[in-house]
Amino acid sequence: MTTTTTGTVPVIGAVGTAHTRIEGRDKVTGAARYAGEIPFAELAHGWLVVSTIARGRIRSIDAAPVLAMPGVLTVLHHGNAQPLESDYVGPMGTPDPALQLFQHDRVPYAGWPVALVVAETSEQAREAAESLTVAYDEEPHDVAFAAGHPEAYVPAGNPRAEAEQEKGDLAAELAASAVVVDSEYSTPEEHHHPMEPHAAAAYWDSGRLEVVDSNQGSIFVAQELARLFSLDQSAVRVRSEHIGGGFGSKGTRPHQVAAAMAATILHRPVRVVMTRRQMFSLAGYRSPTAQRVRLGADPDGRLRALDHQGLNQTSTVHEFVERSADVARAMYDADAHHTVNRVVRLDVPTPTWMRAPGEAPGSYALECALDELAEKCDIDPIALRARNEPTVGPISGLPYSSHRLLACFEEGARRFGWGDRDPRPGVRREGRWLLGTGTAAASFPTLVAPSTAAVTAEADGSYTVRITAADIGTGARTALALVAADALEVTPDRVTVLIGDSDFGQAILAGGSMGTRSWSWAVTLAARSLREQLALGGTVPPEGITARSDTAEALGTLPPRERHAFGAQFAEVAVDIATGEVRVRRMLGVFAAGRIVNPLTARSQFLGGMVWGLSMALHEEAVRDETTGTVVGADLAGYHVAANADVPLIEADWVDDPDEDDPVNIKGIGEVGIVGVAAAVANAVWHATGVRHRHLPIRPDRVLAAGTGALPQAADARG
Amino acid sequence: MREFDYRRASDVPGALALLGTEPEARYLGGGTNLVDLMKSGVERPALLVDVRELPLERIEVADDGVLRIGATVTNSDLAAHPEVRRRYPALTQAVLAGASGQLRNMATVGGNLLQRTRCAYFADVSKACNRRVPGSGCPAVAGEHRNHAILGASTHCVAVHPSDMGVALAAFDAVVHYATADGPGAVPLAEFYLPVGDTPHRETALPPGALITGVTLPPAPVAAASRYRKVRERASYAFAIGSVAAALDVRDGVVHDVRLAFGAVASRPWRAQAAERALIGGPATAEAFGAAADAELTAAEPLPGNGYKVTLIRNLVVAVLTELAEESRQTEEATR
Repeated sequence: MTTTTTGTVPVIGAVGTAHTRIEGRDKVTGAARYAGEIPFAELAHGWLVVSTIARGRIRSIDAAPVLAMPGVLTVLHHGNAQPLESDYVGPMGTPDPALQLFQHDRVPYAGWPVALVVAETSEQAREAAESLTVAYDEEPHDVAFAAGHPEAYVPAGNPRAEAEQEKGDLAAELAASAVVVDSEYSTPEEHHHPMEPHAAAAYWDSGRLEVVDSNQGSIFVAQELARLFSLDQSAVRVRSEHIGGGFGSKGTRPHQVAAAMAATILHRPVRVVMTRRQMFSLAGYRSPTAQRVRLGADPDGRLRALDHQGLNQTSTVHEFVERSADVARAMYDADAHHTVNRVVRLDVPTPTWMRAPGEAPGSYALECALDELAEKCDIDPIALRARNEPTVGPISGLPYSSHRLLACFEEGARRFGWGDRDPRPGVRREGRWLLGTGTAAASFPTLVAPSTAAVTAEADGSYTVRITAADIGTGARTALALVAADALEVTPDRVTVLIGDSDFGQAILAGGSMGTRSWSWAVTLAARSLREQLALGGTVPPEGITARSDTAEALGTLPPRERHAFGAQFAEVAVDIATGEVRVRRMLGVFAAGRIVNPLTARSQFLGGMVWGLSMALHEEAVRDETTGTVVGADLAGYHVAANADVPLIEADWVDDPDEDDPVNIKGIGEVGIVGVAAAVANAVWHATGVRHRHLPIRPDRVLAAGTGALPQAADARG
Repeated sequence: MREFDYRRASDVPGALALLGTEPEARYLGGGTNLVDLMKSGVERPALLVDVRELPLERIEVADDGVLRIGATVTNSDLAAHPEVRRRYPALTQAVLAGASGQLRNMATVGGNLLQRTRCAYFADVSKACNRRVPGSGCPAVAGEHRNHAILGASTHCVAVHPSDMGVALAAFDAVVHYATADGPGAVPLAEFYLPVGDTPHRETALPPGALITGVTLPPAPVAAASRYRKVRERASYAFAIGSVAAALDVRDGVVHDVRLAFGAVASRPWRAQAAERALIGGPATAEAFGAAADAELTAAEPLPGNGYKVTLIRNLVVAVLTELAEESRQTEEATR
């Protein structure tokens, strides 16, 4: 490379500037290949068979007729599968028993994997799998989730996430409160179905297990597979270049294990792709919740008592806690403050992290209860939140790294026109529609986890970043290019970012809204280190000069703080109480979520979260059939998500909120966008109709049944 | 997958002959429902006879004023046809309320009439369903039935017919025409779908092997002032949870003529004749509209989870007829 005579002018400012996705053209032209479509020579196709009973034992599997079908190569089941290691603790705790594929005859829920049929073609594998006769000894099951389930328990917490926390005398403060809200809320079972289903191809190459996958963290999948198959970690490589959505569902799942098992036996590549229906039992989901919120306040709205109790379901074989009550611990102080997450074990698949786990359902209950309190105290909902803004963590006593919730509300209120709002419910009508507006607060923890990165100065003057990051559609690849460009003081077009390969080393998965923050930290440290090496002078050798980083040490020195992203959600709805139809007319979200790396993709991510919140408020609900224990209508025709026509004029924006402890000032934006939206919509429905809807989704039949509640005159109101 | 043969017919006799060669054969129109059902294993035909190329793609007005709609007319073309828009606006509205633009470009009139229920138990071969496997049971009665029938159902099946188009056709006295090897035939839409009874798997009055060739609509001046209102759980791309097709002719405040049909309440588009009888010659008031809806809905037998549909349909009838009455009043005033 020739050096210009004017020298190198530092280029700073890629971060914060809109950039289209680096791989965007490949994605829209089809050049980007996904795990289910990457060709391999000699590829065989596996099709999972899942249980049709909700509890019991497998009596027999009649594989012989299926093995005689055209193209069938093998049938794996508990009678012939290789033993897997189960005695280990992974980074997420004890492993999900669903990964112990075909290790025993017990069936703990409907949709449990019982066999894998492998054939030459996907069509042959499917036909054979659907022909496989599995006989069961069925046992009685219980899939009925309800508030007050007698077998609910408080799970053992850990120091970072206690299931129950309290301070003060709740009963005394409630008794001393001039105004009390005591409401029960529920949210249904919800599913996160990326457009791209779970898919993995596995094969052995020179003594290494290679897996081409679609996941949120290739190193995590590689480590889990190494443990399951008792392999050295260096003997497993997992790649996941493009991911068509994850949302918490794409960790290690039975399909990767099944593909690896079959590839081992058949000595050829095997791919397993989940069907949409299988994803309803194999990919995790958000548990239904039953929540109770009690708020006690002085007449001016100052909280004396806050009690938030959440209940969720889990399977009988693995515990997952949907931490609905946690959100109150960061949001509002009260003299007496009690939060608890309870769990009940049922014969259902294990739930998992689904976008904003805990905060999404928890904020619905808490922020609706705040709105009810505002009504009872006759003060503006935003003023109520301002009155109860904590100066330190209500439970932890720690200072906030930054707390710009009110700035979000102020900017949001200005843009939404909140100041002109008539607080009375049920008094605005336009034709057949009653109109209302609502607001709610949002928050999500700002997390960070140790990651490593390598940055190479190439001989041609370009730079290559290697990190086991995952771009699950968020634009992470592009964001990391911008971060690297600024750290290297070059333009982004000189940076190539390679991600999604477990050989790149340890890095956190794309989850907990901490991917971009954690990876950017590692990339920045490596880039700085590289620049120091380059500053020593000399030429770059053909293999380049590589600097590596590991953020573990730096993260260990982070001062203890309450670290959260915040937001203010606004919604306007129209409700036809004669038909029960609810339509959202406009939405606005204003967020304080650290420095925004790429405004273009960040806005998309906020909007995506908000649309999902709308969908949660009005549409999404998986109904579990108590007789069979399965989800009724387990496909995207039966499970409704918002259609384009449901999504109104919608805007997302942010206020300045740099995180001073982060080298790139990032907080993380992955999940805060969905938080509070369902509450804002429900509060707007109340404002339109005068009825509190405490059970999601706010379906037409529920609106019809509720009518205008105590405001029968509202139907005739004009104006 | 199970292999199947695919043959394309070029004329009606050829289609009938092809179908006769294989007991497990199905006609393929737009395929927007049949292909989905084949993917899910509900339908496993050995032969598909593609009838899309048959010369049944025209909409014509006959000398007697009857509108003839060919069986392979796409939903999109039907909705856009000037005669349909002018003479039967509720039919255009109904068709446009269904599915998506892409699906309407594929779906045919004949196929729309023959589409199957979207009951989730019917669509899931791991579940019992009397409509799919006679005698296996109906889990919807005790299970998830929020969008199931309130009228004309039985303990053997409570599924609803999903068509929007069919509701408008029912309101306007459509007749379904078909061809068989023994010659043509016709059956009024009112008799096209068989009562559920204890034979929910017998869905239509079509003779075995018959091919729908078209639908005719008799002239109906009242239909020029008609409306279709559909309520669904999201704003688009969802089946109705309740719908109403209505036409109203009011003269001097008195109902001169009326047509009324309901969707998503029964295993067929539900012509509300009791309500029509209650309205003819009476006042065009909200009270009268409500009373007429009640007259029809006294026959409703809702399940524990779908009683809201009775309220919904009543409210829809009142709302739609009130709108039409108001428009009629304004038209009368304007022409005076």
